Amino acid sequence: MATKPKSSLPSPEDVYQTTLPNGITVLARSNYNSPSVNMGGYLPAGAIFETDEKLGLADFVTAMLMRGTQTRTFDSIYNELETVGASLGFDSGVHNASFGGRALVEDLPLLLKLLSESMRTPTFPKDEMERLRTQILTGLALRAQDTSDMADLLFEQFLYADHPYGKPSDGYPETIQAISRKDLETFHRLHFGPRGMVIAIVGAIQPKKAVEAVAKVLGDWTVSSQKEPPALPPLKPLKKTIRKHHQISGKSQSDLVVGTIGPTRRSPDFMAASLGNSVLGQFGMMGRIGNVVREKSGLAYYAYSSLHSGIGPGSWEVAAGVNPKNLKKALDLIDTELRRFVKNGVTKDELADSQANYVGRLPLSLESNGGMVSAILNIHRYQLGMDYYQRYENMVRSVTRDDVVETARKYIDPERLVIATAGP
Amino acid sequence: MHKNITQVQLKNGMRVMLKEIHTAPIISSWIWYKVGSRDESTGKTGISHWTEHMMFKGTKKFPGGILDKAISREGGRWNASTSRDSTRYYETMPAAKIDLALRLESDRMTKSIFDAKEVASERTVIISEREGSENEPMFLLGEAVQHASFRVHPYHHEIIGDMADLRTITRDDLYNHYRTYYVPNNAVLSLAGDFDTKSMLKRIKELFEPIPKGNIPPRLARPEPERKGELRLTVEGPGETAFTQVAYPFPNATHPDYFALQVLESLLNGASGLSYKTCRLYRALVDKGHVVDISGWSESTIDPFLYRITLVHRPDKKPEDALSALDDEIKKIQDKPVSAAEVHRAVKQARAVFAYGSENITHQAFWMGYTSMFSDYSWYTTYLDKLAKVTPKDVQRVAQIYFQPSRRVVGNYIPKGKAA
Repeated sequence: MATKPKSSLPSPEDVYQTTLPNGITVLARSNYNSPSVNMGGYLPAGAIFETDEKLGLADFVTAMLMRGTQTRTFDSIYNELETVGASLGFDSGVHNASFGGRALVEDLPLLLKLLSESMRTPTFPKDEMERLRTQILTGLALRAQDTSDMADLLFEQFLYADHPYGKPSDGYPETIQAISRKDLETFHRLHFGPRGMVIAIVGAIQPKKAVEAVAKVLGDWTVSSQKEPPALPPLKPLKKTIRKHHQISGKSQSDLVVGTIGPTRRSPDFMAASLGNSVLGQFGMMGRIGNVVREKSGLAYYAYSSLHSGIGPGSWEVAAGVNPKNLKKALDLIDTELRRFVKNGVTKDELADSQANYVGRLPLSLESNGGMVSAILNIHRYQLGMDYYQRYENMVRSVTRDDVVETARKYIDPERLVIATAGP
Repeated sequence: MHKNITQVQLKNGMRVMLKEIHTAPIISSWIWYKVGSRDESTGKTGISHWTEHMMFKGTKKFPGGILDKAISREGGRWNASTSRDSTRYYETMPAAKIDLALRLESDRMTKSIFDAKEVASERTVIISEREGSENEPMFLLGEAVQHASFRVHPYHHEIIGDMADLRTITRDDLYNHYRTYYVPNNAVLSLAGDFDTKSMLKRIKELFEPIPKGNIPPRLARPEPERKGELRLTVEGPGETAFTQVAYPFPNATHPDYFALQVLESLLNGASGLSYKTCRLYRALVDKGHVVDISGWSESTIDPFLYRITLVHRPDKKPEDALSALDDEIKKIQDKPVSAAEVHRAVKQARAVFAYGSENITHQAFWMGYTSMFSDYSWYTTYLDKLAKVTPKDVQRVAQIYFQPSRRVVGNYIPKGKAA
């Protein structure tokens, strides 16, 4: 039924990669299916540089970048973007500040110019800063009332005790109140620069033209004060299961997060963990966890497991939202499933199902320009090799049942978990 | 954009829409049933959405738990949703595997089991879904505003249904609903992607044409009388943040005023899918320090529904003052025509959003079926042209007609603090 096969997988032949003299890596791939272009990237200016007194500073800085530059106001930046239907935004994580945007291809130069200005010459206007502070504080007040957010926060706080991963990147009301304009300026001066910056562009443009467009606005950026990011501190292993509840009155549903430390993205056992997690709480209608908590017991609308793997130690967690009176029942079911998972691993059929899913879903996940941008950025960030998706099927298929159960036992100890709940 | 569209009606009345797109080895298949929450009578609210859940519980040929695995194993993505006017199911699959999706949909159009035990277990899942929504102040407020906006028309209840009905709807109620509305003459199948139209159509006929027609009841549609005077309501709940939702009447998607209102929406609240920091309401209310955020949206519906604007209040300001600032801003558009440049900008924004949408095959199959629920595909293909014909005077006129305080409902969420 299908016509001629098409390769939608990125490869070293079609992803153009170069590093500008100032250290910026540019990745580009053409896709002429639509007259649009998508752009994304990051630079090492994350929350890892924050102090405990000023948690949320990195986030505050990135949110201020587009609120006024040496040549444009907040309103004029967004006016230029919105007038042509383009978008641009910044975000921050523990390691990096990240950015992303899209535009019709004729507006790519505008998009890159605004990206460059926002990163290089933000002025942190006082009135914009106070307006944003109110918005952040309102966001934190809403977070405090959100059972899912608070269960996550509690989970990370105890899983990553005294570690940057355990601190909320949006801070706390008191730390947001403590941040001054000088803090924003200093953070920007010390951490925003071309070294370590990566940008990927995918869309209706020749790769070399995309690189030229980036070089034109960012090629002359140099920052001598740009600091090297510190190394991650070691993680304290869990000695026993920690159970914590955060009370939020007047809510009709409680949220739970149960889990432990998972592999880094570059770890050799990442793929085995990922496939194991698929069986545990993803495949089909959310794997075994979805099957027992939702399908068989009718306890929850959502119940699943997830693996979050990045630069440092990841998390491997199960989450669900249940009626407060069913909290214990749901936790017991999850406990039983985790024990079964580490004892017996997965069946041959279960593994084969998830392997087939991983291979089969690739064209879909790489279909849009945005999907392709994030795929090639991940390849670069975790040094997976630009031929990663060419090797991917073999990598997936070579994982065995033994690999999965060994990996499960290596990471998941049912006697050493963090169990975080939030609700009435 | 308009090429490669084939529209066919099968002998049993089912409509089929096919669009070949050969940019990636993917096919997206959507089946749409003309039944949604507006077809539900009191006592049966939420039954369309619950039926949608039951469609995942299996048939004899594709038992529950097999279905989802079969799709996932092939690397497909599938889901379903229920709206006010329709219920839709989709599968997006590697092109060579789409037959599975077609076989599944033809089978479950008539052969879903609705096992009593599965109904019981899904009852608590849906109650849990509703409880999760009730955790959100905006759900509570939105539901109250919607209820107040529709006394007569069945758009008055939320799609998920009222808790009382979720507790009492029976297996037979669900099964009757299913057999009544899930018939080929009440369905539209829309496919986009990497296929050959002729052979695809042949296969669709093999699978769907043998299914017999049904008798579809007329749709519930008691027209909502025009509101005479503003209605205000309050909802109280936990939290520290106050919200206001203002709901104005909004015409159906085929009404001549619809497109001028789309331009107006773009000017007031920004274009769908883009940031909205330079729209009129953001500039007047957020930039000026009246609120933390303001957003607004309409829906494309068969009967007139609502244009809703939501304000997230600052702790240091009075909600009443923010509402006055909103009224001032709307009055400006009513008093004086906007510039042609502003209208032109709204059109350019829509063009960009259309271009982004064309990257995605699932999205393209969606639009064919979606528009056929309230109009036809030409609604989509002529959308940008119709938008381009809107004049500043049109925008002023629709602002005067639809954005009258006496025709609106204003709901306030009053936070009662951390310990409610």
